Amino acid sequence: MYQYIVRRILQSIPILLIVLTLVFVVVRVLPGDPAVAALGDYASKEAVEALREKLGLNDPIWMQYLRFIGNLFRGDLGTSAVTGYSVADQVVKVLPYTIELTVCAIILGYLLGIPLGISSAVRRNSFVDYFNRVFSLIGLSVPAFYLGIILILIFSIKFPIFPVVGGGDLSDFGDNIRHLVLPALALGLLMMAYVTRMTRSSILDVVREDYVRTAHAKGVREHLVLYKHVLRNALIPIVTLGGLYAVVLIGSSVMVEIVFSRPGLGKLMVGAIKQRDYTTLQSVMVIYAVIVVLINLATDLVYGLIDPRIKYK
Amino acid sequence: MRKEMSQGQKMWAAFRRNKTAMLGGVCTILIVLVAIFAPLLAPQDPLVQDSYTRLSGSSWSHWLGTDDFGRDILSRIIWGSRVSLVIGLCSVLLGLVVGTIMGMIAGYYRGKIEGYIMRAIDVLMCFPDLILAIAVTAVLGSNLVNLIITIAIVMTPRFARLAHGSLLSLTEAEYVVAARAIGAGVPRILRRHIFPNIFGELLVAGTLWVGVAIRLEANLAFIGLGVQPPTPTWGNMIREGVDVLINAPGVSIYSGLSILITILAFNMLGDGVRDMIDPRLRGE
Repeated sequence: MYQYIVRRILQSIPILLIVLTLVFVVVRVLPGDPAVAALGDYASKEAVEALREKLGLNDPIWMQYLRFIGNLFRGDLGTSAVTGYSVADQVVKVLPYTIELTVCAIILGYLLGIPLGISSAVRRNSFVDYFNRVFSLIGLSVPAFYLGIILILIFSIKFPIFPVVGGGDLSDFGDNIRHLVLPALALGLLMMAYVTRMTRSSILDVVREDYVRTAHAKGVREHLVLYKHVLRNALIPIVTLGGLYAVVLIGSSVMVEIVFSRPGLGKLMVGAIKQRDYTTLQSVMVIYAVIVVLINLATDLVYGLIDPRIKYK
Repeated sequence: MRKEMSQGQKMWAAFRRNKTAMLGGVCTILIVLVAIFAPLLAPQDPLVQDSYTRLSGSSWSHWLGTDDFGRDILSRIIWGSRVSLVIGLCSVLLGLVVGTIMGMIAGYYRGKIEGYIMRAIDVLMCFPDLILAIAVTAVLGSNLVNLIITIAIVMTPRFARLAHGSLLSLTEAEYVVAARAIGAGVPRILRRHIFPNIFGELLVAGTLWVGVAIRLEANLAFIGLGVQPPTPTWGNMIREGVDVLINAPGVSIYSGLSILITILAFNMLGDGVRDMIDPRLRGE
């Protein structure tokens, strides 16, 4: 297992290096001059040139690249030329909001999705199954930002129970939770839809296996067959695909953050694009990529833990 | 004696039995027809502003009311279907063609070529779809053609992985080995023997991913990175509606419903096509 973990971590490093290079290239080919973007269209030539020098934009491209990689490895994300703030400070300020939103949505998705998926699979083709399938199909189809707007209309405007905007104060638990409920619901429904469908199809696949038929033939009680034989094996794809869907959720969290005007990585990124704040954009993209690589790594490691066949491959 | 049904007839029979799939199919056709005949169906010009009827509710002249500029919401929704469908269908088609070719080349040649292609795919998949789409739109700009290219770039890795995965199981199949033995060239083997066998899976994924592409377009438009106003798109309309949510919730609600119904229709159709193609799922 130890070897498997080391090998898997080593595999992630070249991918991450290529990702960093891609981000560097993308930000360099963005239209417009970062120095002009920071100072405005009417800035004097001298001021623009001075800022370009300060930002290192006049250096050869390979030197800029090496500086970018070197700074990243030292944890230095640079200073935004537009806002003048340290990007790392801004990220540290908003990252907890994105993490709490995504984690709550994932937990909500699993808490609701697994029971719904089990009830669907156990009573296949019944009314319950049909209802759950339609419900999860709607969950898959509704854009998170639209669901957010509907939730705001009902629970913030019609019945003013939850606040409309903001992320709340992280040090005040109650306030934080009140600001989190609607966004987490808007995002969690998507996860619930994935988990319900995944659980249902995974259970239906396992139910056909020989060892389940054997358990039935031995006279094992129905609920024991379900929990000991079916669910344990059906759990494997639920966990691994869960990692994949967590990545989708992180993408969708951008929209939820914008609809609810919540601080977060997504809002920071969209703001950076609109203000042509290239330093911030570059850093946020790197952070997103690192999060995805870490999720994929964690998923594979968990996969290796719960399915002994994987690590021997 | 009862005549044996062909494979195609069996699939069609299975599809017709599936009510959800039929409903999805009918809705999809209707939405496509609405988009094609938008100029005939829209009761009013979607761009004409009327300051006297700003934010009015439903009436005989404006069935779904008007927006902040007094424009007819129903007409804008009907015209907006064009942008969503064109972007959704074209980007998936482009992603399917490019991704499948990449996946097939990687899977067939293996070795270094496979390594390069699949690493490139892995790198693109390190970004959540929307983040990648936002970044590419920022580089390319946001007009109709660029949005199609942007979303196709997001879709390509998905198709490449799918085609690559399906192909790996086929390269050693007897009929492929036989074709190779009688001297068939690689393009011919890929086109005549392998592609028809993975087409079903690609079709299912393509149908389901049209919904994903339409949602991506709506997301970009909502952020302000979609086709620019005054062209009506559903995402733009929802964004404009958010500013007047308290006084006229209909602006956002109706345009969002259009997106929801369209994605739902494609998802229902995609599920149905999958059940139709998979013999296990069609109950054989």
